[in-house]
Amino acid sequence: MSESPYKDPAAMAGILETLRAEADKLERRVTLMEVCGTHTHSVAGAGLRRLMPSKVRLISGPGCPVCVTPVDYLDRALALAAQPNTVICTFGDLMRVPSSTVNLERARAEGARIEIVYSPRDALDFARANPDHNVIFLAVGFETTVPTVAGALAEAEHDGVPNFMLLPGNKTMPQVMRVLVDDPELEVDGFLLPGHVSVITGWRLFEFLSDEFKVSGVVAGFMPTDVAQGVLALVRQAADGRAEIENVYGRAVSAEGNTHARDLVDRYFEASDEVWRGFGTVPGSGLGLRRDFDHRNAALIEVEVSDPAEPVGCRCGDVLRGVIDPPECPLFDAGCDPDSAIGACMVSSEGTCAAWYRHERWAGEVGS
Amino acid sequence: MKVPDRVLLAHGGGGHLTRRLVEELFLPALHNEHLATLTDSAVLPELPPGRPALTTDAFVVDPPIFAGGDLGGLSICGTVNDLAMSGARPMWLTWALILEEGADGELLETCVRGAASAAEEAGITVVAGDTKVVPRGKGDGLFAVTAGFGVVPPDRDLSDVHIAPRDAVLVSGPIGDHGATVLAHRHDLLSTGLRSDCAPLGGLIDQLLESGAKVKALHDPTRGGVVTVCHEVAGRSGAKVVIDETAVPVRREVTGVCDLLGLDPLALACEGRVLAWVAAEDADRALRALRSHPLGTDAAIIGRMEEADAGSPPVVMKTRIGGERPLDLLSGLDLPRIC
Repeated sequence: MSESPYKDPAAMAGILETLRAEADKLERRVTLMEVCGTHTHSVAGAGLRRLMPSKVRLISGPGCPVCVTPVDYLDRALALAAQPNTVICTFGDLMRVPSSTVNLERARAEGARIEIVYSPRDALDFARANPDHNVIFLAVGFETTVPTVAGALAEAEHDGVPNFMLLPGNKTMPQVMRVLVDDPELEVDGFLLPGHVSVITGWRLFEFLSDEFKVSGVVAGFMPTDVAQGVLALVRQAADGRAEIENVYGRAVSAEGNTHARDLVDRYFEASDEVWRGFGTVPGSGLGLRRDFDHRNAALIEVEVSDPAEPVGCRCGDVLRGVIDPPECPLFDAGCDPDSAIGACMVSSEGTCAAWYRHERWAGEVGS
Repeated sequence: MKVPDRVLLAHGGGGHLTRRLVEELFLPALHNEHLATLTDSAVLPELPPGRPALTTDAFVVDPPIFAGGDLGGLSICGTVNDLAMSGARPMWLTWALILEEGADGELLETCVRGAASAAEEAGITVVAGDTKVVPRGKGDGLFAVTAGFGVVPPDRDLSDVHIAPRDAVLVSGPIGDHGATVLAHRHDLLSTGLRSDCAPLGGLIDQLLESGAKVKALHDPTRGGVVTVCHEVAGRSGAKVVIDETAVPVRREVTGVCDLLGLDPLALACEGRVLAWVAAEDADRALRALRSHPLGTDAAIIGRMEEADAGSPPVVMKTRIGGERPLDLLSGLDLPRIC
């Protein structure tokens, strides 16, 4: 029952004391955005938001892969699930994401073959075990997840498993962050950069933030002291008037990242224009399957999909862009909650709204 | 004992095969005079003084055999523990099995033996039973359904309505062992060293209640785990539960499985733990009583009750690093996270 040093109360108290001292030097309140669902989750789970000095505002950006998955992706997945001899394999988070009609959970109860898997590899195994079915994996997730998808593809190609397919929906971070820092509505002083993504991409990928936009960024891990250290580094930069890319997650992240994983991804995927919930189409922000692998691409299967219907009143888009905090959405805790999510941000435990609902809604704190 | 290698539909048909299953497997394992009569209902002796307590439960765990237990033993422990939580001394139990055609005979035998040894350990008698077999594909190997009967001695009165601010919250051991073990099996997480905590708690509860400590209420954190019980208690007592993260015993292996699968140990099922609400001044005495029993050696005081105030959450955790977060009920199943 020993404990991780990264949750050590004494270490945490030390970091927080330094953070308060640094924050005192700030001339105004700074807004820091994390762009990783696991950061959202860590901040909420450890109760960090309330430990922040008053001059530090922490907000969440488009870091939850489920939340940024657009309605029409789900519509297409449902249409595919209705095809004969078809099994959809998905990460559990997607099960309750609203589509234009029902969600996957409901579709399964109505008879569609939908299996929850923990990895694309499980879906591949499922395909092997059910050779008379088309097994379609719903490939969502960021740079961290996509190498595992590429790995499953490589195995399917090598072993000749013809019935394993993907519905491509993977996304990459840099382009959407570019959109964010270009957004005149948004005033972000610095980014808490995603630790897991950076393990693959390397931290150097984010240098455009400081070079082109004079915005700071700090790569941080996910334990409470990791996150606090990331915030401290950002506050120091703000106090000193610097805008640099720093890495305080050195035990996992290097400048260049995991080139082996990236090579594997490059073999199967190429940059594509991708729709993000709340952002619309972001050029070059997705990973489409290369044409050589059309036989694996379930997006090429012809199914009838009507125009996507976004839920009325839902402000997930504004939440994802960091323009509002969840309680400012008229539906938050007033029709939209984790039991009956209207917006996707309420569905995944990493979703900003779900995290607020679970952990912050009692504080009555609306950051601005 | 002749155990069939496969369960056939005829084993539930009421004929020859059913009779052999009962006489050659169930009766020898669960032997007692009431069951042996094989009559339509068990006619039982008069009750000792006290209030009767009755509970029912269904068991569908997948996989049916896991490190530290099996579905049969679990069904007995779960039922006995529900009785013990109301202070009842367990007396009699009924046990019905729903088998799937083609189920492995060895699985059946393991579960029957597991049930028999759990019943013996718990001091409860299986006085009636039933077996049904459903066609292949209509079940999942083996399900069990129980009813448990006990008597609450006249001097015992446990209820959430007795709980008040300042009361201490105790747990009898590390949480989440059962849930994490089953999940580890399900996801082929090898050699985690995890074992289910599945155990009958009657003896531990007796020791606690006879210690003289003023115990207000007891709950076993099964489905939905500690967080679910805390919400129920907050709702019924009208007070707020404050849990101290550093005080909650959680095995490293359980934390590991939870981190991997994106789950919270506080929401994982335990099958051999009890949460006790005790008057503040008696907390240490209750802790000593729990720790002096083999099933309670790692017991801990994990929190306390406070006045509920409007606009504040009913269940709160003081986090290890000095923060505070509300603990919410699960929404649907706790779905795994992507990254």
